[in-house]
Amino acid sequence: MKTVKARKIGGVILAILIVSLATGWSLFAAKSITLKGSDTMLILGQRWAEVYMNQNLGAVIQVTGGGSGVGIAALINGGTDICQASRPMKSSEVDKLKERFNTKGVEIPVARDGLAIYLNENSKISELTLDQLKGIYTGQITNWKDVGGDDAKIVLYGRENSSGTYVYFKDNVLKGADFAARTQTLPGTAAIVNAVAKDKDGIGYGGAAYAKGVKYCKVKKDEQSPGYEPTLENVKDGKYPISRYLYWYLRNKPTGDIKKLVDWILSEQGQQIVSKVGYFPVK
Amino acid sequence: MIIEKIMKNLEANGNKTQAEFTGLKKRFRLSEFVIEKIIFLSSFLAILGVVLIFVFIFREALPVLTDPEVKKEASLKLFFSTTIWQPVSDTPRYGLIPIIVGTFKVVAVALVISIPLAVGAAVYTSEFAPLKIKEFIKPLVEILAGIPSVVLGFFALMVMASFFHSIFHSTMRLNALNAGMALGFAIIPMIYSIAEDSLNSVPRSLKEASLALGANHWQTAARVSLSVAMPGVLAGIILGLGRAVGETMIVLMASGNASILSASIFDSVRTMSATIAAELGEVVQGSAHYSVLFFIGASLFVLTLLINSLAHVTVGRLQRKLAGKI
Repeated sequence: MKTVKARKIGGVILAILIVSLATGWSLFAAKSITLKGSDTMLILGQRWAEVYMNQNLGAVIQVTGGGSGVGIAALINGGTDICQASRPMKSSEVDKLKERFNTKGVEIPVARDGLAIYLNENSKISELTLDQLKGIYTGQITNWKDVGGDDAKIVLYGRENSSGTYVYFKDNVLKGADFAARTQTLPGTAAIVNAVAKDKDGIGYGGAAYAKGVKYCKVKKDEQSPGYEPTLENVKDGKYPISRYLYWYLRNKPTGDIKKLVDWILSEQGQQIVSKVGYFPVK
Repeated sequence: MIIEKIMKNLEANGNKTQAEFTGLKKRFRLSEFVIEKIIFLSSFLAILGVVLIFVFIFREALPVLTDPEVKKEASLKLFFSTTIWQPVSDTPRYGLIPIIVGTFKVVAVALVISIPLAVGAAVYTSEFAPLKIKEFIKPLVEILAGIPSVVLGFFALMVMASFFHSIFHSTMRLNALNAGMALGFAIIPMIYSIAEDSLNSVPRSLKEASLALGANHWQTAARVSLSVAMPGVLAGIILGLGRAVGETMIVLMASGNASILSASIFDSVRTMSATIAAELGEVVQGSAHYSVLFFIGASLFVLTLLINSLAHVTVGRLQRKLAGKI
C-alpha cells in the first residue's frame, strides 16, 4: 500500500512538474535568443549556450549550424538574432542588410582560430612561407631541398575532405586550389600528429593544442616578414598568418538580454570556454 | 498469450494415451500453426532486410545513371576518363580508377600474406601436429578472428607501419603493404578455420591407403588430403577475399588514403570502402558526391555478391568432380 501511495504522490509531483515546465517554457520562449551560422562554430556556440543557460535560469538560446553563408542570409532575412560566422561579411551582404533594416550590422570578434603546421622534430626546416606551404600541398614542391631542407621527398598528411579543417586549409592556404593527390588523409588530427612524429619527412596540419612529439613550423606571411609560431600571443595579436577571427554578427547594437549574453561570452568565463573548445580567446 | 496456449496444449497432451496422441496429429493445432508462421516470418524478415538495403543503396546510386544534373559532374564515362579523385573542389573529379586499383592492390597483398599462412597452418594442425599443440593452436587462431578490426587497424597505424618503414625505408610510411598485411591478419582465421574443417573431414581411409602404398606423411598431406579438401580450402580463400574487399576500418587507418594510381605497393592507397567511410559523414544529401559514394557502395555490394556466388559455384563443381560425376 505504501508503495502505491508513494507512486501516486510521485505521479502528482511529476504532473505538476510537467505542467510548470510547459508553462515555464511558453513564458521563457518569448525570451529565446537564436544563434545561427558557421558549422565550425557550432560546438562553441552550443557550449556557450549550455553554460549560459545553466547560470541564467529562464534564458533560452537556440543554436543551429548550416554554414556562415546560411547564417548571414538568416540575419538579413530576420531569421536569427545573432549570426555566427567564420568569415567577415562581404560588402554585398552588408548592402543587402542595409537595404532591409537600414543598418550596417554590428561585428563582434568572439574568438580566434589558428591552424598549426606540424613538422617532425628532426626536420631541418623551421619556417615556411605561405607560398611555400601552398606549393607543398598542391604538389608543385615535392622535395624538401627546394625549401632549404635535405634531399628527401616531402610526405604530405592532411584531413579527410569531410572535415572543416580541410576546407579551411584549402580556402586560406591553398587559396582554393586542389590538394595534391599524394596527400595522405588520416582520420583525425591525433593520427596526423602521430604520423608526422614518426615520419622524418612528414608535414601535417591541425589544431595547435594537439602537438605532442612534433614541432610547430613557423609560418611567414611572405619572404620578408618574420616567422611566427602558433602560440596564444601570436594568434591573438594576428601575427600568425594561418588564423582567422570568428565573428558574431548582429543587426543592431545589442540591448537587454542579447547584450547580457554578448558581454558574458566576451568575459573571462566566456573566453575560457573558447580555449576549452580548442580556439583562441580574443581578450 | 501464445506461450500460455502452448503450455496449456502441452499439459493437455500430457494426459493423453499414446493412441489418442497419434490420433491428434492429423487435427489442426493452433499452436503449431502459429509457431510455423512465426518461424517463416523471421526468415522472411531477414531476407526482406537485405532486399531493402539493396533497394535503398541502388536507389541512392541511381542519379549517377539518370539525373542530368548529377551526370554533368559524375557519370559512368567521367568515372573512367580521369585518374583523379578530388570530390571537394571547384571542379570536382570522381575518377574511380585509382580507387579500384587501390582496393585490389591491398586485397592482393592481403591474399598473398594470408593464403600460405592460413592454409599452411591448417595442413599442419590437421595432418602433422600432435594433439596437444593442435588444441593450443586452433583456439588461438580463432581468437584472432575476435580482434575488432579497429584494433587491428590501430596496431597497423602505430606499430606495423613503423616496423615496415624501418625495413623498407619507403617514402610513404602508410602504404598498401602495411594495410594489406593488417588485412591479411584479419582474414587468416576465416581461411584457416574453413580449410581446417575440410581437411579434417577427409576420410581416414584415403590417408591410410596412401600411407600403405608407401607415401610419406608429407606426400600424403600435400597430394591426398589437400587435394581432396581443395573445395573447402578454395571456399575459405574466396570468402576471405570477399571479406577483404569490404573491410573498412583497417584500410581507413593503415593505408594513408591518398588516391594515387600506381603499381607500387609502397605507395599509399585509397580503397572503395574507406572512401565511403571517410566521406559520407559530411556530404550534402542528394548531391553528385552523395550519389557517387552510393554508386561505389552498390559496386562493392555487387562485387562481394559475385565473389560469394563464385565460391558457391566453384565448391559445388569441385565436389562433383572429386565424386567422379563430371
